[in-house]
Amino acid sequence: MSELLSVQGLTVTPANNPGKKLVNNVSFTLQSGKTTCIVGESGSGKSLTALSVMGLLATSLNRTSGSIQFQGNEITHLSNDALSRIRGKQIGMIFQEPMTSLNPVLTVGFQIGESLTVHLGLKGDALKAKIAALLEQVGIPPERANAYPDELSGGQRQRVMIAMSIACEPKMLIADEPTTALDVTVQAQILALLDELKTRMNMGMLFITHDFGVVADIADDVLVMFRGEVVEAGSVDEVLFKPQHPYTKALLDCVPDAEGKKQLKPIDYSWLEAA
Amino acid sequence: MSEIILSANGLTKTYKQRTGRFGFGTKLVKALDDVSIELKTGKTLAVVGESGSGKSTLARCLLQLLPADRGEVFFQGNNLANISGQALRDLRRYLQMVFQDPFASLNPRMKVGEIVGEGLLIHRLGNAEERRGKVLRMLERVGLSTADMDKYPHEFSGGQRQRVGIARALVLEPKVVVCDEPVSALDVSIQAQILLLLKELQQEMELSYVFISHDLRVVRHVADDVVVMHQGRIVEQGGVEALYSTPREEYTQNLLKAIPGRAKQHSLVT
Repeated sequence: MSELLSVQGLTVTPANNPGKKLVNNVSFTLQSGKTTCIVGESGSGKSLTALSVMGLLATSLNRTSGSIQFQGNEITHLSNDALSRIRGKQIGMIFQEPMTSLNPVLTVGFQIGESLTVHLGLKGDALKAKIAALLEQVGIPPERANAYPDELSGGQRQRVMIAMSIACEPKMLIADEPTTALDVTVQAQILALLDELKTRMNMGMLFITHDFGVVADIADDVLVMFRGEVVEAGSVDEVLFKPQHPYTKALLDCVPDAEGKKQLKPIDYSWLEAA
Repeated sequence: MSEIILSANGLTKTYKQRTGRFGFGTKLVKALDDVSIELKTGKTLAVVGESGSGKSTLARCLLQLLPADRGEVFFQGNNLANISGQALRDLRRYLQMVFQDPFASLNPRMKVGEIVGEGLLIHRLGNAEERRGKVLRMLERVGLSTADMDKYPHEFSGGQRQRVGIARALVLEPKVVVCDEPVSALDVSIQAQILLLLKELQQEMELSYVFISHDLRVVRHVADDVVVMHQGRIVEQGGVEALYSTPREEYTQNLLKAIPGRAKQHSLVT
């Protein structure tokens, strides 16, 4: 199988404090048609890892070392212009907050169409037809293309975000906590939709979440991050059911199960640091 | 059969919602529609539902933070919806609330010692020295220290702030505590700490909890009884084990099916 994305030794530090490693020597690969989940608590560096792949790190942060290869080509030293041609076209991205990532004064149809015009040069009726087809694909009636974001529910807005991110049929999709703000039933629908699109379009998906339940539902492979480092990596079954690292075990012990059989156990950090 | 400490009877609350262009139209939204619940002494009653189901409105109406349009709330034989003024203020000491957002619910200009001690001051409980002692013991009980009394809320992490919120509610030695999504803003490791703390305090102080949550996994762990709400109505209620193992209503079944990670856990067990 071909490697879609290969990240080796990625390290990110604040520009004014190069000694503090927010992301420390992170390596992983992603294959087409597969989903890799990055799990971790707040501040573990999971979002920074995803932003680095897109070249979207804030200017106050530096990627000090590491290589990022997309379809075999190094993309770390590409110019912003060159990256812009990849972003949105070959790599799609979905953000956490469907309320704030859409522009409130533009119709959702216009926002979906933007990347189609920029990357593929679609215009007029062809553009309209493509927007309608995309809305249909994510389960929104095509006539809603003229709606403004505030006229849609949270779940519908997240569907619009998905339609935007897959508009140019990207090879890879990066989803940063795309269902965290949604109700459970809506979350289940969105996860099923993403999984179906991934299979149909043979996309690779890099999925960031803090919810082990979501991981169990959609991941093929899992990376567990703790304080900037990958502490455990492996297939979803290995990591969830045969965790090796003490942090992974401790974190799994904190997750309540739907059966209520499990005794919750908070993480004992003092013991972790000694180990 | 255990005793009922708090009960609500036929609570109804309607909001006006602005609709149409520029909000010139109005629409009535029933946030609570004939809701009746019973909280047993020393137990936890969980209220679950999706956004807009009316669960937070129920929490506020129970504590009379919002007046209900119709219905009664009984606490130890008093109908809270009828009494007002000083009598209600006196009872409030026994009815406390822990809020969802530990960042928004603590006054940023007050020191933690003042926040936790304010209730004691309002209810004129003890002199300055006794109050200070109570605040200290409460802070220590929730896992904070003496030095934390003189700090401001921004100096704490989310989990620590939630501990302050719990200390603030419990220092008055209440009987009923309404927890409105107390752990939904927290990381799963911190969530486990806070859930265990709440459970320990419940046993030590003989507290009865109304626990509002949208997370069915958390509810399974904390609740004795569960109420499922949808569009302002109670869809189903019952003991937690029966409701999770044999839900009667289709809405409840769908909600339970949507819990992420369930399929995998089942395949592992069998």
